[in-house]
Amino acid sequence: MNTPGHPGPHPPRDLDHTVLKSLLGAWALAACSAEETAAVEAHLTDCAPCADEALRLRDAVGLLHAEDSLDLDPGLRTRVLENCLGRRPARVPLPDWAAPYDAETARLDALLRDMAEEEWRTPVRLRWFDGMRQATRETTVAGVVGHLLVVDGLVATGLGLPDPLPPDPLPLDHEAGPHDRTEFYWALDGSHHHAAAREPWRAQSHAMIRDVSFLVADNGDADAGTAVSERLIPYGGHSLPLRDAFLDRAFECWMHAEDIAEAVDYPYEPPVPAHLGRLVDLAARLLPDALAARRRAGLAAPPRALGATGAPGRTLHLEIEGGGGGDWYLPLDSPGARASPEQTVAHIVLDGLEFCQLAAGHVPPLEAAAGQDGDREEIRDVLFAVASLSRL
Amino acid sequence: MASDTPPRWDRKMQQRLVHGEAAALGELYDRFASLVHSLAHRVLDDDEAADRATQDVFSYIWEHPHAYDPREGPLRSWIAALTQRTATDRLRRRHLDDGPTTPEQAERLEEQVQAAATAARADYIVTSMPAPLRAALELAYHQRRDYRQTADSLGVTEDEARRRLRLGLQLLSSAMTQPALAPPGRESRP
Repeated sequence: MNTPGHPGPHPPRDLDHTVLKSLLGAWALAACSAEETAAVEAHLTDCAPCADEALRLRDAVGLLHAEDSLDLDPGLRTRVLENCLGRRPARVPLPDWAAPYDAETARLDALLRDMAEEEWRTPVRLRWFDGMRQATRETTVAGVVGHLLVVDGLVATGLGLPDPLPPDPLPLDHEAGPHDRTEFYWALDGSHHHAAAREPWRAQSHAMIRDVSFLVADNGDADAGTAVSERLIPYGGHSLPLRDAFLDRAFECWMHAEDIAEAVDYPYEPPVPAHLGRLVDLAARLLPDALAARRRAGLAAPPRALGATGAPGRTLHLEIEGGGGGDWYLPLDSPGARASPEQTVAHIVLDGLEFCQLAAGHVPPLEAAAGQDGDREEIRDVLFAVASLSRL
Repeated sequence: MASDTPPRWDRKMQQRLVHGEAAALGELYDRFASLVHSLAHRVLDDDEAADRATQDVFSYIWEHPHAYDPREGPLRSWIAALTQRTATDRLRRRHLDDGPTTPEQAERLEEQVQAAATAARADYIVTSMPAPLRAALELAYHQRRDYRQTADSLGVTEDEARRRLRLGLQLLSSAMTQPALAPPGRESRP
């Protein structure tokens, strides 16, 4: 705030024409001390050139205005692009499974665009569920964007784009996953803890969207296109098909955008229902493997029955309410078993957003607001498995 | 951040739009939507109308990717001019829809159109002026810092802060005296 009457370190006394002229901009903006203001105004009564300029600069201030359209409606982007593509279809369209990543990165970018430099250093506490309990890690807004940059980098390199991590010296093996890559990046130096973090992240996400569009478009027929989307992206310890990797990155982008928005006290909306549904679907599809991994690690009860692959087995009915919701029937005993509604032994009902918060590790599994019916132990193991989908 | 994109970026973007890349359309929107929307809003003073003008501008560019000629100047200036034309046309049409006008009303509309065009030019000048000047104005005007605090925040001398504020306002005041932004190519009216 201006501090009228603040004398400043150099109280103005007997200011000459040159100094007074240099103050005209600050004067027009009401950004000088009371003494300076008085000195300028006294000068204007007997210096015509300065009086002329003062008038012009005051009028110019009138042309400045509160930045009224900083918060462009994120839905406008979707509407504008859809309208354009309806009038002239793209020759190189976006794969539909890359649309959530496109939309979420654009939303986060719009949030970052108008952030003041000091807001980039706002502390952010990242939370996830490490399999046993909630884990946390302190960073800054810029640190979160750096985290997105280097984990997106796994997908970028899978598309043939350069790795955002410097190649040398890289004490990481090729299998380094999201956590190790992030810690390595954060340890590089402090210089990425400011607004400069935005540009490389945005350039990379735009390049990923461009390249994946060409990759799918250039592979012609639907069969080849499917093969491209199934190409495996190493994720450190495991891998994901390209299409799921893009959905995973969209999910992470949304969740971390929320972390950032919360830290700097901005409102932030969930993804549109069509995209939310795809993100929920990804988490639901990953769930049987996550559950099996917990059983193998002794973190969940062993399977009750080891059916043959493809045979119908005990089934979880996951019912997601709200936009993007639906019903998922998932095998409980083995990821290879066939789920069937008739064999449902446990039924969980969750709001879509609550399910995503649980899958992000933001909600302790036993505190998730879930409607439950059926085998209590299975339900407990499933809720823990959902939370264990999360990571740094 | 808001200065003109490099000529190479502009040329490449045009080629990608010609090629029909949906990803390029998204990038174009990400780069220019806030410029387009704020200029349109300045002219039309209405959110929904500014949304529609934004839609008009982007669909025009997407459907006529050859309308922009990179040799004639930066894409950003071209889009700003296109937006101003589009929004001003909408403003005129809005008044025509209100029925027949008296010469006085017509004169008032022209004044309004001119004032809106000046305001839109001012917006464009602010968003494309050198970043150090813009940052100084941002601190002094939007964040209400005095010039000493502005100097402090920017890590420059007080003399330099005074110079930037004055120069920034001088640039801005040219919006009131200069003619309209160079019009886009003759066929570029959506």
